[in-house]
Amino acid sequence: MEKQEFTITLYTENAIGMIGRISNIFSRRKINIESLNTSPSEVEGIHRFTILITESEDVVRKLCRQIEKQVEVLKAYFNTNDELIWQEQALYKVPTEVVNEKVYVERLLREYGANVVVIRPDYIVFETAGHREEIDKLTQELTKYGLIEFVRGARIAIIKASAGFHEKLKQFEQQEPAPEIVENEFLDQQDQVFTM
Amino acid sequence: MSTLEKTETKKTQTIAANTQISGSQAVLEALIHEGVDTVFGYPGGAIMPIYDALYDYNDKIKHILVRHEQGGIHAAQGFARTSGRVGVAFATSGPGATNLVTGLADAMIDSNPIVCITGQVFASLLGTDAFQETDVVNITSPVTKWNYQVTDATEIPAVLAKAFHIARTGRPGPVLIDITKNAQMQLFDYEGYEKCNHIRSYRPAPIVRKEYVEAAAELINAAKKPFVIFGQGVILGKAEQEFKEFIEKGGFPAATTVMGLSALETDHPQHVGMLGMHGNYAPNVMTNECDVLIAIGMRFDDRVTGRLDKYAKQAKVVHLDIDPAEIDKNVKTTVPVWGDCKETLPQLTALLTPTDHSEWLQKFRELEQEEIKEVIYNELNPTSDIMTMGEVIRVLNELTGGNAVIVTDVGQHQMVACRYAKFNSSKSNVTSGGLGTMGFGLPAAIGAWYGAPDRDVIAIIGDGGFQMTLQELGTIMQFGAKVKILILNNEFLGMVRQWQQLFHDKRYSFVNITSPDFVVLAKSYYLDGNKISDRKDLESALKTMLAHDGGYLLEVMVGKENNVFPMVAQGTSVSEIRLK
Repeated sequence: MEKQEFTITLYTENAIGMIGRISNIFSRRKINIESLNTSPSEVEGIHRFTILITESEDVVRKLCRQIEKQVEVLKAYFNTNDELIWQEQALYKVPTEVVNEKVYVERLLREYGANVVVIRPDYIVFETAGHREEIDKLTQELTKYGLIEFVRGARIAIIKASAGFHEKLKQFEQQEPAPEIVENEFLDQQDQVFTM
Repeated sequence: MSTLEKTETKKTQTIAANTQISGSQAVLEALIHEGVDTVFGYPGGAIMPIYDALYDYNDKIKHILVRHEQGGIHAAQGFARTSGRVGVAFATSGPGATNLVTGLADAMIDSNPIVCITGQVFASLLGTDAFQETDVVNITSPVTKWNYQVTDATEIPAVLAKAFHIARTGRPGPVLIDITKNAQMQLFDYEGYEKCNHIRSYRPAPIVRKEYVEAAAELINAAKKPFVIFGQGVILGKAEQEFKEFIEKGGFPAATTVMGLSALETDHPQHVGMLGMHGNYAPNVMTNECDVLIAIGMRFDDRVTGRLDKYAKQAKVVHLDIDPAEIDKNVKTTVPVWGDCKETLPQLTALLTPTDHSEWLQKFRELEQEEIKEVIYNELNPTSDIMTMGEVIRVLNELTGGNAVIVTDVGQHQMVACRYAKFNSSKSNVTSGGLGTMGFGLPAAIGAWYGAPDRDVIAIIGDGGFQMTLQELGTIMQFGAKVKILILNNEFLGMVRQWQQLFHDKRYSFVNITSPDFVVLAKSYYLDGNKISDRKDLESALKTMLAHDGGYLLEVMVGKENNVFPMVAQGTSVSEIRLK
């Protein structure tokens, strides 16, 4: 089967160590994670992972079953790009003089819908969001004009046909509120522990 | 839902709710509530508060002091395998915890219900490279079904309840709970112990889909040449009776995996032997002849399937398994029947049309005759002066009648024992199947005996594997486990030597292993023993071993360069199985 981009969306308990357990499933099979995002979901106490990989459907299906086997994973879905609405965010630090002097750069930033986040005498920070290809293209262009720094966030995605699980999630939370996470009070309080 | 340990009715006095107790007491209270009466462990700095509390629980919990933490967890595995209950092991932080890793990996791949409790440094020292600190939760996460670090004593009752629930339900597996020393010492208001029977993100067994059961029945009823292959799932699901009714109503020939051994008695007329690399001739060949392959509680390990693209390609596959991740993992399934086989088998049996498949079964018997002629007869009744491993097992069968628990290590002796040992009842075969852990045998046999103290427990071990964990002779010495150790000594790392002979032009590279005087070694542990190298002594030596009241070591010298056949060589198809 041919490899293509798949986005894996999973819902988990908000437990310490989940990222490790999930990423082990990929690294054990020597599969590279292209991007990984964790965030709260619309339901309190339940976390949402969005993972982007390039693999065949067969492999992705097996991966999802292994992921769902984890005790603290509620559900794992995998989708192709056409089943999703997705975004990636990027920040660009560009020298202020370049933006001032080169009309092309200004136009470029407008074209890509970049917003100004910070303006300083020496640099300006722009933000943009979109698909990977657009961001890549803008990055490529800006590199020619002295791009100082660039960072791109992980893919976040919404499944077009995902109304079903939302209800179920809310049901879960209603029936059984998530347990409170016990933090390590010592690590939180004792600053001297980590001082060198 | 499969619960391995449903009926723990033993009443033991426990601490009442609303009392102030320590985290350590809470751990031991949890064990008692979960019906645990035997723990294998080794103390150390970070787990000392638990051992201190254990001092007052001596009458309720039997603690077996092993000689190495790996021995402790293998013993817990052996215990779980013969008793069907959760095996428990204690270890301290750092090296104590890392010594558990081999056993955890073994228990994970062989689905043993295990709960390990490890001590950890004070929470205030986490991440500081403290003495005997190791990141055990991260080290063990790929080899545990679940693990968790406790830093606050109030969490202990609920976390342990969860640990036992996860270990024993669904597809069982090992769970590790790491408890920092401050949490063990911390006093808190104990609210009593509540067993866990539900975790919202965890579904032990998938819901059985009736339409799949019906589709499977339809396929099976239409089959001309149905063939059942079964694994440990039948034992873990306590579905031995349901399984027997299923194959008897359908008249199916049935073959076992290594892990499924003893789920169906060896002498059952429809039992056609063992699958896999060193399994029997007929079931391997017929895998590529059958029209419907019915796999029950097994996971199509590569040692079972041989070359996958030539495995049962002609057959439609029905796969019954509790773990959805096993469906289609290695072999594409025509109809998957997700669920606990204790639940799915009776539903399937009810839909079966009783069929006479005796002609088809006869084909297995014909191939079996061929194997007997080419391999088995000579292995069990050799004419040369040198003894074979097979004949030792044959005589053992005659003396035990197939009623003993057979524990094996890993290698040639393991394959010979699995091929020839006779089993009359379930939970009688304890072996490291998936991980192939040399050194598993001796400690696992100790645990197996505690799990079934009224049965004969015979540890069949090679000269190589025995030397990996022989320190556990000390455990036998101190606690009197009546384990019979049968060392089959061929003065080689036999299985590796066999491969070097067959596939590496006999370039014997570090397979020549020397051994100490095992009998003298046993004597130094105050254990009786004997060594024989002459066939005429075999029967009486085995009789003496079995009759001995206590641990015993018998070393039998066997042929140095004997090979285990049949064999499905790596990269070949099951139907290309070699008889010599």
